[in-house]
Amino acid sequence: MAALTPISRKPLSMVLPSVALAGAFAGIFVGAGNGSVPMGMIGGAILIAGLAWFYISVLGNERLAYWINILGFGLAGFVFAGIGGGILGLLGGWFFVWFTYWLYEGRYRRKLLPYLTAQQVFFHYLFRVICGAIFVFLITPILVVLPLSFNAQDFFTFTPEMLRLDPEGYSLKHYRDFFTNNEWQRSFKNSLIIAPIATIISVSLGTLAAIGLSQSHVPGRRAIMAILISPMIVPLIISATGMFFFYSDIGRFLEGTLGMNKTFVGYLKVILAHAVLGIPFVIITVTATLVGFDRSLTRAAANMGAGPVRTFFKIQMPLILPGVISGGLFAFITSFDEVVVVLFVGSASQKTLPWQMFTGLREQISPTILAVATILVVISIALLTTVELLRRRSERLRGLTPA
Amino acid sequence: MKPTKFLLSAAAAAITAGAASAEDMTLVSWGGAYQASQQKAYAEPYMEMHPDVNIVWDESSAEAVAKLRAMNEAGNITWDVVDVVASDAIRLCDEGLAMEIDPDTQLAPAPDGTPASEDFGDLLVSDCFIPQIVYSTTFGYRTDLVGDTPPDDICDVFDLEAYPGKRSLEKRPINNMEWALLCDGVPKDEVYDVLATDEGQDRALKKLDTIKDSVVWWSAGADTPQLLADGEVVMGSTYNGRLFSLIEEQKQPVAMLWDAQVFDLDGWIIPAGLSDERKQRALDFIYFATDTQRLADQAKYISYGPARKSSAPLVGKHAELGIDMAPHMPTDPNNAKNTFLYNYEFWADYRDDIDAKFQAWLAQ
Repeated sequence: MAALTPISRKPLSMVLPSVALAGAFAGIFVGAGNGSVPMGMIGGAILIAGLAWFYISVLGNERLAYWINILGFGLAGFVFAGIGGGILGLLGGWFFVWFTYWLYEGRYRRKLLPYLTAQQVFFHYLFRVICGAIFVFLITPILVVLPLSFNAQDFFTFTPEMLRLDPEGYSLKHYRDFFTNNEWQRSFKNSLIIAPIATIISVSLGTLAAIGLSQSHVPGRRAIMAILISPMIVPLIISATGMFFFYSDIGRFLEGTLGMNKTFVGYLKVILAHAVLGIPFVIITVTATLVGFDRSLTRAAANMGAGPVRTFFKIQMPLILPGVISGGLFAFITSFDEVVVVLFVGSASQKTLPWQMFTGLREQISPTILAVATILVVISIALLTTVELLRRRSERLRGLTPA
Repeated sequence: MKPTKFLLSAAAAAITAGAASAEDMTLVSWGGAYQASQQKAYAEPYMEMHPDVNIVWDESSAEAVAKLRAMNEAGNITWDVVDVVASDAIRLCDEGLAMEIDPDTQLAPAPDGTPASEDFGDLLVSDCFIPQIVYSTTFGYRTDLVGDTPPDDICDVFDLEAYPGKRSLEKRPINNMEWALLCDGVPKDEVYDVLATDEGQDRALKKLDTIKDSVVWWSAGADTPQLLADGEVVMGSTYNGRLFSLIEEQKQPVAMLWDAQVFDLDGWIIPAGLSDERKQRALDFIYFATDTQRLADQAKYISYGPARKSSAPLVGKHAELGIDMAPHMPTDPNNAKNTFLYNYEFWADYRDDIDAKFQAWLAQ
């Protein structure tokens, strides 16, 4: 239906200012790189508008215009900034000539409903541009880290060799450092000990609390709920200070009075502190899942002679499992990313990965941090993908369509 | 429920395995190349001699005073030996947070029998402080960004015409105020007298005003090397060892401007209130780590001068690069032509006032 929208050529008075605007925007970056932003904007606007006018009014051949623009920009980029610039030039050249003809031929209306006003069309695309910009702002900081972690130098700098895509400028030495350096390995190991145990504790306690609090006969459940999720609301630095003194006392008692091992007590303190931070996430997700849980199922189970425990594991648990798993993921990530509380409660033997990254950033700006960050990003993506796939699989098995 | 059980038992095994091994001793230091030099010169040989001790590092020296106060208050001191600058050691000692040391009985004498108190000499600035290195805060500049006449005078930092571009300075008044006064024409020996007066402080800030727009302020020792490597600043102050690593190990186009370098001391303290067993272990480590040979060994990895007189002749070549370390020491005669001695007492008395003034000036 939408493809039937008739399209027509647009006047130059509309095309040229639009492409000039896009050219000025690109000119900001070129100008900033060469010293003067205003000059870059003016130059970009004139260049792009001039080219558009030339292609439309003089050349009049779209295919030829494509070739000229793409190759011209690519060549210019290559001459000024090597291979990297050349690739950027090819992409830029393609974009501008595509954009020019997209506007001029009125192709932007092709997929829209025919009766939309100009304003509606404008806002349709403005909305997409804003969404795209938000996406770029969210994702670029993460993407920048990836190539920098392969830097052959010990600084957070895109060296000229890297920009030329010269293999000399890249190296795996920061990854090697991560896997061979004792401090990194110790902190990685600590994170792998602390986060899963804290997660298991938060998930068990949080799920039980959510189930209890969803019963209507529990007195004062709103107040209890508020207290339980307070670690999420109180600023972390404040909970951390309180925890420091609280767990110091507990630690003294366990070590001094009960004579427990110092290292073990150290881990115990951090794990308990992290479990407390993770519990609110589990409570919130599980409570949300319980809203859709049909109580008559538990009554039916009881009717058939199942005890509460059996009912829980056989009936309720499988149905609220998605909420439990996502709560568990949040709890895991909270513990795995946490730096403030562990700085207060832990001692150096419990140094976790974020702690090590934090001190690494402060005392020695080493790209090993970026290598670790890259590894963590990859692990996170793998983890989330696995969970999502498992969830879809289980929903398929249960005959539900994936939401 | 099987995966849960597996995880639990694996974690329990990991914890007990960690607990069954050697006893942890926590050393607190500054991280980076400096801590690496301590690891190689002191910690590794010590652990080889004492397999029952496992050394763990905590990079918290920058907050040592605040953290020790909190630990003391909570009665939970997790640190065994702490590396601090001399002024922090003086503060900790005054507050009773550090243990007093008798150098002649608790520290190793020099190989020729000279007692430690003489070997360290006037570097023993506090009863609790065991000096380790002499370092300096000085400038490095980009050789490719300063033209044909590289800077050789501290006042070149304040000369925006000859050396346009950004410079990085530490975000605190110490050193910056002194350099500003020196370049405003105050003779070296009168700097602290002038700085003690309100007019003198304003004068220093006024001098700093002339370059304020071109200053990038740093707070971690690693900032200036990063800024220099990026070419974001033309020159910047930092610790000389960081610049050594930038120039010789990272091969960046940077050179040293030693003029008016400010000497300072760094060393160990042992927190007060350790159990007897931990105290003995800490003292044993200190005895080993601050003897003549060990201090000289550290200079193989980083260009800080050993605090003992008897160590100086033993300073040799860099462990990996094989270059002579002596010419890179802040104390080398060629580098120390014009040095500035940081006045601990002055800053102990005036720090809070001048800090407040400096921060207010920064915010203007």
